[in-house]
Amino acid sequence: MELLPTIWFIVIAVLWTGYLFLEGFDLGVGMLMKLFARDNTERRVLLNTIGPVWDGNEVWLITAGAATFAAFPLWYASLFSSLYLPLLMVLVALIFRAVAFEYRGKVDSESWRARWDWAIALGSFFTAFGVGAALALTTTGLPLNSNGDREGGPFAWFSGYAVLGGLAVAGFSLLHALAFLALKTDGDVRHRARRWFVRLLPVLLLPIAAWALAIQFLDGKPWTWAAVLLAVAAAAAAWVFARKGSEGRAFVALGAFLVLGSAAIFGAVFPVVLPSTLSPEFDLTISNASSSDYTLGLMSIVAAVGLPLVIAYQAWTYWVFRRRVSAAHIPEAHSFLPAVAAKALTLKG
Amino acid sequence: MDALEIARWQFGITTVYHFMMVPLTIGLGLVVAVIQTVWHRTGKPEYLRMTKFWGKLFLINFIMGVATGIVQEFQFGMAWSEYSRFVGDVFGAPLALEALLAFFIESTFLGLWIFGWKQLKPAVHLACLWIAVVGSLFSAYFIIVANSWMQHPVGVEMVNGRPVMTDAWAVFTNNTALVAVPHTLFGALAVAGGFLLGIAWYHLWRRRRDGVDTVGADGKVIAGEADIPGRDRTDHKVWIRSLRIGAVVAMISFAGTAMTGDMQGKLMFQQQPMKMAAAEAACHDGTGFSVLSIGNVGSRNCDDVVAVIEVPGILSFLAKGDFSTEVKGVNSLQAQYKADYGTNLPDNPIYGDRAGQEIQYVPVMEVTYWGFRMMIGFGGLAALAALIALWLTRKGTVPESRWLMRLAVFGILAPFGANAAGWIFTEMGRQPFVVAPNPDMNGIDQVFMFTAAAVSPGVSAGEILTSLLVLTSVYAVLLVVEVKLLVRYIRGGVVSAMPELAHLPVDENEDATPNLDEPGTGKQADDVLAFAY
Ligand code: HDD
Ligand code: HEM
Ligand code: HEM
Repeated sequence: MELLPTIWFIVIAVLWTGYLFLEGFDLGVGMLMKLFARDNTERRVLLNTIGPVWDGNEVWLITAGAATFAAFPLWYASLFSSLYLPLLMVLVALIFRAVAFEYRGKVDSESWRARWDWAIALGSFFTAFGVGAALALTTTGLPLNSNGDREGGPFAWFSGYAVLGGLAVAGFSLLHALAFLALKTDGDVRHRARRWFVRLLPVLLLPIAAWALAIQFLDGKPWTWAAVLLAVAAAAAAWVFARKGSEGRAFVALGAFLVLGSAAIFGAVFPVVLPSTLSPEFDLTISNASSSDYTLGLMSIVAAVGLPLVIAYQAWTYWVFRRRVSAAHIPEAHSFLPAVAAKALTLKG
Repeated sequence: MDALEIARWQFGITTVYHFMMVPLTIGLGLVVAVIQTVWHRTGKPEYLRMTKFWGKLFLINFIMGVATGIVQEFQFGMAWSEYSRFVGDVFGAPLALEALLAFFIESTFLGLWIFGWKQLKPAVHLACLWIAVVGSLFSAYFIIVANSWMQHPVGVEMVNGRPVMTDAWAVFTNNTALVAVPHTLFGALAVAGGFLLGIAWYHLWRRRRDGVDTVGADGKVIAGEADIPGRDRTDHKVWIRSLRIGAVVAMISFAGTAMTGDMQGKLMFQQQPMKMAAAEAACHDGTGFSVLSIGNVGSRNCDDVVAVIEVPGILSFLAKGDFSTEVKGVNSLQAQYKADYGTNLPDNPIYGDRAGQEIQYVPVMEVTYWGFRMMIGFGGLAALAALIALWLTRKGTVPESRWLMRLAVFGILAPFGANAAGWIFTEMGRQPFVVAPNPDMNGIDQVFMFTAAAVSPGVSAGEILTSLLVLTSVYAVLLVVEVKLLVRYIRGGVVSAMPELAHLPVDENEDATPNLDEPGTGKQADDVLAFAY
């Protein structure tokens, strides 16, 4: 077994898990802008919980993509080109979402804000759904020919697994966001988020559990089965903690659920990175899809230094903004141009 | 149009668009960091106001850079999968390092800067901005290392038909990259300089028009105060300082691009002789530099081109630093390329319908010729305008002329144009190769790839056309929104970035700016998020 490709398979699994963990809650918070928040003040509470960190979280996606390109170029090329249209959807969703965060508060008008709120909510949903679909398909397979290209036209990738994976990540993100809000806010939002968490956990985790189980039935190994069982236990623990009101522990337990679940999924498919549904001969594996040992070695050194550093300063960011946010902290929305300044504008020109 | 042509249009459009935001992010980021440092050192209120105002515009623009950058990253795999397979071993590494070592830094520390005015100590807060700015420099370096490898592949060996990295040091110190990075950074600064200059001019002009500032008998400005918050004497200082900083930055950066550009030109004569010959529309071997050529430059038929003004010796100087070396023209290069890389595309299914077609080694000369001149011309114009602006404003304000003000504002576009022209020239001049062959290295000149082989074989033209249409319409809409927002905030002036100025009485004594503005001093419970959304 090749050591370096194996290490890089693990690194990429870690990057995806990190992405789902971090952007999971900010995608969920984005969706909750429309599903949960009752008025503009609550929406601003929600936004402020992720304001300083969402962009840093999104870079996990970029890094996961770029690391796949560098470590497994054939995997990257086949996956991204086969999923052309779904990934286009993800891109458009990401564009609107990013822009909406920044632009929403820039003009003081209800309709302006409402429009960008929709952009945030839909952008978050379609991102979660699209990423979930892509991840599920990389575990269950695509109709690839011997060159790794998709056969069968623009929609040949479609299967029930795409929908399942999409729902899995969207559902997980929503739940994760509720846990996050219970942890990061105060007042009514905090309590409501906790109640919703307790009530919705079984429903929202259903699709991700179904995906993890389906993979186990396809390619499970003893240790990945064990990971699934532990993941279920972690989910149950999260539920119990949330009921008791220990928000921090519930959040950690849900995080453990994600880590175990994703280990179970990635572990089961290993050493295949992207199966071909046309013939197992065309499967992309860690040996036939990877870069040279030289490149992987170089990247290993950089990642060994860089990744811990990233984790350290991102953790510091969360520490700096550790205070709970509540409606009481949200200042009056000041008109972008206070009345007096508006006078300056109307002086002419 | 087939998949290949659509994919090329898409890559060109989305990259040029991304590169509208990028130089402003890099250039303005540096300038704001310097200004905040000056404020940190001196405590003068005009520098705080400048930090906030230019910082606001910086952020509105930054987010568009982020949103469009992700498209670039995904596009390699989506539309150019054969390219990704071929180059992945070398090309993926700088992209991954860019994400890991640059994007994380930029996004995390900018988040801290935006939201941390109150939470962080002033020195730490300032450091966060500097770290983010350094991150954007890293990002420029890594992406240009990747791009330069396409212009001049080094540090690899062919194994089973694919280049495999054997010497990372060579890849990361590619001489093409080492000159392209400073060239691009100076180009980014040129954008920031023009931006500061144009907007500051507009505000100074408005103060004069509204009668806030007047001019004394000696022509010197008499800064006044309107009874409108934010339009006090400090406001005048904000704009005149910004204007001068902008003008100086614009001039220095032009000098910088000229120096580094000259070095790039000399490298290019060795590395991609056809590109430079095409930039000159130089058909025959010779020494002269054409200032203006007419005839059918775009026909790719050299005999139609007539040089109208030609300066003897200059071409040799650009290429080698003397006035007499004969530089090869398009005609003799074409023969040489045909001999080295074939006259027809190989009969390989990877080329689709293009298999067996004759290879066109001469890039579209209209684009290379005019692209090169537009890059230099727009940059030079902006620098000249900056010099004139410094002279015109030496007494502390701008002339009353509305016409001049418009010129200054429109001038903001010139450096953007120069940057776009530079990239279009660089990228289209590389055609028909997506990875240009490296002629001057021992043993690896067989590393090259025709653009015709790079596109994703499994993706249909319809899919790429869909994405082209979707992305261009989204980009068009967002461009309108971005420009509108920028214009609103620009017109609003400093108060639009510092609403607190409008709520508090403006003190005669400038140094008594309310301490609400100063990071780290606010103690009220609700100031936590005062800066947010
Ligand atoms: C000379 C500089 C330069 C060049 C040639 C490019 N970029 Fe860029 N890019 C930047 C300089 C930059 C930047 C200044 O670092 C940005 C702008 C805003 C930002 O966040 O970083 C950025 C943003 C940015 C992002 C978003 C980062 C985030 O979320 O924070 C991605 C994924 C890319 N770029 C990818 C690319 C790719 C694949 C390019 C090649 C085709 C490219 N960029 C050309
Ligand atoms: C690392 C940075 C870059 C890489 C890796 C890169 C790569 C590519 C690739 C793969 C293509 C498609 C093949 C082709 O048609 O030539 C292309 C085309 C193009 N790129 Fe770049 N590019 C980079 C930066 C840029 C930037 C920053 C710009 C300009 C803002 C730019 C402008 C273009 C244009 C205009 C085309 C179309 C050329 C044509 O159709 O002939 N590129 N580039
Ligand atoms: C006398 C002035 C200048 C000279 C001699 C010059 C020369 C060059 C050359 C030779 C290239 C092509 C490099 C290659 O293809 O490998 C280039 C590219 C480029 N130029 Fe310039 N340039 C000048 C001014 C400017 C100005 C004023 C700007 C922008 C404000 C600018 C922006 C660019 C950009 C963005 C590129 C593409 C990226 C790169 O390859 O570095 N240049 N320039």
